[in-house]
Amino acid sequence: MADFLLELLSEEIPARMQANARNELARKFAECTSEAGLKSGPIDVYSTPRRLALIAREVAEATEASREEVKGPRASAPPQALEGFLRKTGLTKDQLAERDGVYFALIERAGRPASEILSDTVRRIVADFPWPKSMRWGDGDLRWVRPLHGIVAMLGEDIVPVEIAGTASGATTVGHRFHHPGDITIGGASDYVEKLRACHVIVDQEERERIVRDGAAAAAKEAGLTLLADEGLVVENAGLTEWPVPLVGRFDPEFLDVPREVIVLTMRTNQKYFACTNDEGLLAPAFVCVANIAANDGGEAIAQGNARVLAARLADARFFWEQDLKIPLEEQAKKLSGIVFHEKLGTVADKVERVAKLARWLVEQEVVTASPRHSRESGNSASGKRTGTPASAGVTKEELADQVERAARLAKADLVTGMVGEFPELQGVIGGYLAEAQGEAKAVADAIRDHYKPVGQGDGVPTTSVTVAVALADKLDSIAVFFGVDLKPTGSKDPFALRRAAIGSIEIIVANGLRIPLTQALRGSLANHAGQSKDSSPAHRLDRTVPEILAFFADRLKVQQREAGVRHDLIDAVFALGGEDDLVRLLARVKALQNFVETEDGTNLLVAYKRAANILKKEEWNPSDVKAGEAPPEEILLNDSLISAENAANEAIIKEDFSAAMAALASLRKPIDAFFDKVTVNVEDVGVRARRLNLLMRFRDAVNRVADFSRIEG
Amino acid sequence: MSLSFQDLILTLHQYWGAQGCVILQPYDMEMGAGTFHPATVLRSLGPEPWRAAYVQPCRRPTDGRYGENPNRLGHYYQYQVVLKPSPHDLQDLYLGSLREIGIDPLKHDIRFVEDDWESPTLGAWGLGWEVWCDGMEVTQFTYFQQVGGFECKPVTGELTYGLERLAMYIQGVDDVFDLKFNDAGVTYGDVFLENEREASEYNFEVANTERLFHSFREAVAECELCIERKLPIPAYEQAIKASHMFNTLQARGVISVAERQAYIGRVRDLSKAACAAWLEKPKGSSA
Repeated sequence: MADFLLELLSEEIPARMQANARNELARKFAECTSEAGLKSGPIDVYSTPRRLALIAREVAEATEASREEVKGPRASAPPQALEGFLRKTGLTKDQLAERDGVYFALIERAGRPASEILSDTVRRIVADFPWPKSMRWGDGDLRWVRPLHGIVAMLGEDIVPVEIAGTASGATTVGHRFHHPGDITIGGASDYVEKLRACHVIVDQEERERIVRDGAAAAAKEAGLTLLADEGLVVENAGLTEWPVPLVGRFDPEFLDVPREVIVLTMRTNQKYFACTNDEGLLAPAFVCVANIAANDGGEAIAQGNARVLAARLADARFFWEQDLKIPLEEQAKKLSGIVFHEKLGTVADKVERVAKLARWLVEQEVVTASPRHSRESGNSASGKRTGTPASAGVTKEELADQVERAARLAKADLVTGMVGEFPELQGVIGGYLAEAQGEAKAVADAIRDHYKPVGQGDGVPTTSVTVAVALADKLDSIAVFFGVDLKPTGSKDPFALRRAAIGSIEIIVANGLRIPLTQALRGSLANHAGQSKDSSPAHRLDRTVPEILAFFADRLKVQQREAGVRHDLIDAVFALGGEDDLVRLLARVKALQNFVETEDGTNLLVAYKRAANILKKEEWNPSDVKAGEAPPEEILLNDSLISAENAANEAIIKEDFSAAMAALASLRKPIDAFFDKVTVNVEDVGVRARRLNLLMRFRDAVNRVADFSRIEG
Repeated sequence: MSLSFQDLILTLHQYWGAQGCVILQPYDMEMGAGTFHPATVLRSLGPEPWRAAYVQPCRRPTDGRYGENPNRLGHYYQYQVVLKPSPHDLQDLYLGSLREIGIDPLKHDIRFVEDDWESPTLGAWGLGWEVWCDGMEVTQFTYFQQVGGFECKPVTGELTYGLERLAMYIQGVDDVFDLKFNDAGVTYGDVFLENEREASEYNFEVANTERLFHSFREAVAECELCIERKLPIPAYEQAIKASHMFNTLQARGVISVAERQAYIGRVRDLSKAACAAWLEKPKGSSA
């Protein structure tokens, strides 16, 4: 047994592709060798900008010889069948054995040497490697992510011979492009990593990531600063360097007038620099870049050069910022009528108009009030700046409605600013800063900044009134109008991120305990859109679209609640009742139901329910005339219990006291168990049988009024 | 002493001339990038080997800043090198050119950062990098895969140096107009500042859009005529002209977002037709 080393040396592999390339290399190697029956131990994969490498430990010297008997055609089969079988097996007729009128072939395979299989493996890996984008170069036909320069393929100390499009394998590779430009000879898997290290190449990306992560933090600390950790940048910089050297640079503090997010983003996106903060947590006029050389001047020229590039970029950013500051947001908002939101849905200005109306309606209907009914734990607000107190507490309903409408009307204005043109990911953030700068109320500026939230899992959910109203209206509008023109998410396709919008809406509604009648809100959005549209088709689709959207919400709710441990079948059980579009009430009911079905009473009642439902289904039972008369005590008890349970459950549901409704159901458990225990339903007397079936039907229906138990699993 | 702007060009000419490149002079037409030069676009098609290097003035009307921005120009220079087929040691050759102009790769951090190239008006794309020197993009490095909608076979390697940026870097200058153009005291601003001011004013405020639209249509018609007459080079020149008219109209802000795609598509069709005609044309000096 020996270790196998493969290195594919190329021109610079994009950093973002390396992680996946390593996984694919390991996967394909394992696939090819196991198909060939070659055994090997653990596999390590490595990548640098210039190489993709694999070390497989303890590779067997050869595959084992094998004998296999293969069944062929019947002796009586037409001659073509036999010919085909001989071709397939490569044997002649007299080499076949005949038993019971059927031909058998004994296929013997000699063991193949590992080297031969590894050679094939390398060829196959290179031939169809799944790079996201690959290319040709020179006058060849081979495709690789960038031109392929060399192949090191060694089993133990021996070269595994393979030639691909004119490149032959060998033991030679190169070190660092600048520190060690000449060829180096590798002895095998055993010295590969260390030989390269001696030539200024750290092969193991995890080690480079550690150097970047720890080195950048240490460099910042040495300069009296704190690094803003950014794992994405760590991985990217490790993917761009073979010999990473973090260096601190500075920029002119005057640039700190530009919004912090802009500076951080410029550094991260354009330059791949880490940002730093000072003792007070404020952005410092400094950065950490990661060089790929240990420079002969200690990195002074590199830090200076990078600082100059950054200064030019920040000067550009400041130019846009200063231009943007000169134009009031309401002026910018006017330009939104020139931007198409979607070809079927008009302009962004049309959207703003609808969102403003819906957001205002949310306040007028008291779905959103000045002090949210029930905000989640304090300190969990959407922006770190705020305390738990809602910014709009103490304002009247009318004032709140005005603030909400103003925020909605300005919320999209930053889309036409130079700053957002340069950095689309700063939509909202820039609007928030500009609103503050032009003296808008803080609640309005906050709402403009945060109305896209929550953007993804773990993103803060808005909790202040103005933001809640605008954020929710924005999302509901998108969902309503896209569904209205039949642009719904299908399968894995959700080009307008409507699933995210629905999850965001649910999170806002649930976190703030908003009692929103979704049907009415969605109808409102669709009607607003119909009012803007020349074509009247959206209006008459209302009756179809709204139920579609509610079903979509139910699906999203199941996904969203899964993490909270809420069972999806219980959500179905409550949704199936129909007519419930208040998510807060629905969830309360689901939670009460979940508590109930997990008790002993609940489990037993569910069993009894299913039994009753099965009997009724089998009988295809419809209520019919009954025969009065003597009834056993268990039947009478069930009848009496049903009367009181029905009343109690109905009352509790009206009061939205779902635990009480479940308790009413629980009171049926003993009577129904006793009934099934002692009373026979299927008696000969048709009248008595009907009476008992009717009773079971009442039982089933009483349970179903609380939740559709037929949807509950278990 | 660091290289002046003109010595930078001369050094690159010497270097790439020694690599067997034909040293061409700038094309006598307005274009947005050195890539548009027929020595790149047309010569990257077909099997014939080709090596050329040249300076190309680039006009990007929307980038003009009235000479007030230290980093942005509406007219600037690119140094363009094309090698077909792309040689195995193209990266090393390129790095050799950086050493030649005074950049020590053990003092400065040279990096190849993923940047794929695509030109919608040329129907062309390629894979490669932007080359960084201490975080500054100094060169676009591309292996052409398709031009005019045709597969490039063999593949052309293209290097595009941003000359002003590179010179600013070498000279340690923060304002492009402060670059020393030669060693006799002439700055880049002496040569080009007034041009930038006037060109910006013309492009953003003065240019008669009606006549520009007219010129665009004329160029399209001339191009189509040349295609019909199987004259790929003049046809391609008209495509270049149409492309520049389009850029100028953009700067004047008279092309809406929706129309933009249609104009780009129009120019692409012209480029593709010219490329197709070029490929059909028999080659060889004896023909």
